[in-house]
Amino acid sequence: MHRPRAMSAAAAAAAAAILLSSCSGAGEVEDNGTADLDVSTGVTDDSVVIGTHMPLTGPAAPGYSQIPAGAGAVFEYINDNGGVHGREIDYRVEDDVYQPDNTVEVTQDLVHDDEIFAMVGGLGTPTHSKVLDFLDQEGVPDLFVSSGALMWNQPDEYPLTYGYQVDYTREAKIQGEYIAENFPDADVGYLHQSDDVGEDSQAGLDQYLEDQVVEVQSYDSGQDSISAQVEALADAEADVVVCSCVPNYSAMMLLESAGIGYDPQFVVSSIGADTVTLSGLLEQFAEEAGSDAPADAMLDGMISTGYLPRVNQEDDPWISFFREIYDDYVEEDVPFSNTTIYGMVQAVKFAQVLENAGEDLTRQALIDALDEDDYPGPGLVPFTTASDNHAGYTGTYVSRYSEGGDVEVLQEVRVTDNEDGPIEEFDLERPGPDEIAPFSDLG
Amino acid sequence: MASSQKSPATAAGPNVEEAARGSGGPRRLAERWRTLPMLPRHLIAACAAMIAVIALTSITDPGANLRLASIGFYMLAIAGLGILIGFSGQVSLGHGAFMFIGAYSTALFVIHMPMLPLWLNLALAVVISCLAGLIIGVVCARLHGPYLAGATLALAVAMPALANRFSDFLGGPNGLSFVMRGTPPALSDMVSNTQWQAWVVWLTVLIVLVFLANLSHGRLGRQMRAVRDDETAAALSGIRVARVKVTAFVVSAGCGGLAGALQAYLLKTATPSTFAVALSLSLLAVLVLGGLGSLWGALWGAIAMVYVEEWGDSLAHALTLDTNVANNLPHVLYGVLLIALVLTWPSGVQGILRQLGNALRSRGHSGNGTTSVPSTQQGK
Repeated sequence: MHRPRAMSAAAAAAAAAILLSSCSGAGEVEDNGTADLDVSTGVTDDSVVIGTHMPLTGPAAPGYSQIPAGAGAVFEYINDNGGVHGREIDYRVEDDVYQPDNTVEVTQDLVHDDEIFAMVGGLGTPTHSKVLDFLDQEGVPDLFVSSGALMWNQPDEYPLTYGYQVDYTREAKIQGEYIAENFPDADVGYLHQSDDVGEDSQAGLDQYLEDQVVEVQSYDSGQDSISAQVEALADAEADVVVCSCVPNYSAMMLLESAGIGYDPQFVVSSIGADTVTLSGLLEQFAEEAGSDAPADAMLDGMISTGYLPRVNQEDDPWISFFREIYDDYVEEDVPFSNTTIYGMVQAVKFAQVLENAGEDLTRQALIDALDEDDYPGPGLVPFTTASDNHAGYTGTYVSRYSEGGDVEVLQEVRVTDNEDGPIEEFDLERPGPDEIAPFSDLG
Repeated sequence: MASSQKSPATAAGPNVEEAARGSGGPRRLAERWRTLPMLPRHLIAACAAMIAVIALTSITDPGANLRLASIGFYMLAIAGLGILIGFSGQVSLGHGAFMFIGAYSTALFVIHMPMLPLWLNLALAVVISCLAGLIIGVVCARLHGPYLAGATLALAVAMPALANRFSDFLGGPNGLSFVMRGTPPALSDMVSNTQWQAWVVWLTVLIVLVFLANLSHGRLGRQMRAVRDDETAAALSGIRVARVKVTAFVVSAGCGGLAGALQAYLLKTATPSTFAVALSLSLLAVLVLGGLGSLWGALWGAIAMVYVEEWGDSLAHALTLDTNVANNLPHVLYGVLLIALVLTWPSGVQGILRQLGNALRSRGHSGNGTTSVPSTQQGK
């Protein structure tokens, strides 16, 4: 009995050695140069296939599944009106459940099986960061990532990846400056997600609030309750609480604070400040807890930062344009929220670039079009796709929500960088949908 | 040795029968096959399986290659868990923790020591997870049944939290991502990256399965079964019960770690959320689903692991359900399938197939009876 076992071990070891040693240095990857971009993968005369990964189910879905609904509606509207350069946009949304291993799988499916021309708006930092290298190797343009992490803006390392929303540090710097100017004597507490959202936000906030901070609390994404964190902020008697959280946790924070009678000034980052989504979550949580606490009252007075037009700006040309598309193309169970608009703006941005890339569509043509860096549009702050700056939106305004749905802009748009550069006011030229191709030619 | 011809780990049974049917004297060939010693038999079976994998990847698209490779590493993890539960009778709810260890070791080696070849990387991941298994096995050796299950469950809960605690080193909730070599340049014209990955995964898996098949038929396998069925009797007949139990734990941990390492190789990422408690519970569920006490069962379990969830997802999408319902549909599907199967066929998919096979064979000729794994008190 001993001999066969020894033999099997030896044979296994030998086979392993022979067959696997051929690939030396598992982590040593020689750079084969960039992939060939003069290709039209996914493009035909009358269609172009693009893909994205989104959390359609799972814990992140309640806040974010409206994004692909919004983007899809804009693409449908474009297709019904003749497409871009005669090409319909075939938008394929894969559900990754906000699980990085799923993201890798569905992205490989999109690239290999669906043969997408470009990835548009892949959502999430933990998720999308796992496919950056793959997309770069395969030469797939990776546009307008739905996350505020700093890593999308690394033109040297990832020349094909472009950011979209204002990054966490930029946003936090403007929040920090606003608080320091308007609440100079307040004690400030931070509550943030314990990943790059928190880290990058704190880097920005600390530039202005280092002397005012009395408490820093963080939660892990996926945690069931943040009552301990809220208690700690209340014990520290923070007068202003800056929340760099996703919607689920902003809602929990508001609910917990109301529950213990703690009523500081909340300042919430754009990622967790969509009031339509928040009141939906608050109602749901209250229902689960068997109470009928008024959701809207809890949101009253909340200060938030933003860079896109808001649902309640009914006389804004872009919002009325989006409203029409929403009425025609979005299913009823998806609310017309700022998150839906987020997806719609993303789609508009892509359509603009696609239009500019011209009739002879190749991946290189798309990148060349992005290099032109001239895409004013729905957003209220400047948007950059320059060859040395892939940041996307670069600033925010500050606003306050009041019970009943009124939003008051407290501070007009300011822009900054994500290091220690100054914060500056900015006057933006902002054409409406009838002045921007391809929308000016549609309908 | 003769008694092993029908036992669970005869990994090549059906293949060979198929092969034999094609040739002139099927019965004679089958008999000659049975008289072969265990090791060459398992090696030939593994070679056949490897050829099958290579053939399969040459006709499938890259997405399917990736899923095929996923079946491979899940099979390894499930087979390892099967050794622990089906053979040594220790229930573990924390097998995902060893996959976590394997995946993170590989990730860290690739990031910090990129010059290590892949095989050494995988070997180190096995060594590290075996060490972890040894420590945990020794600690848990005195625990039985639900107490052991509880302890291992704690492990599954605690492990992913480590990544958040040491976020500078382990990357926090975002996890680690890295790049690894694909197809060697010499072959890159003929073999696509996903094909190569599937081959590497399956080659590794099959080598270990041969080892497991031999182990489960050999002395250690018999000792484990003896311990599982009656510890006192086993101790009286001279088996060192504690040592056998710990050994089973170490083997199982090694398999889990290697499976995690292969997953990391395949996906080029290691994130804590991948290794949540749900993974450990799913591994246990599909093990029962596939059939305890058989390496074939691990294959059915792995297929279920990869596809049931996917079908559940697409079903949920097709029905356009409320997100709360859709989120849970795959789990419900799992649960229903598991309950139905355990009620009707407690021995799992492999049990069904074995009975079918026996029925067919007894129609052919009188047959050799059905000596399978002694099935008393399985999974207690």
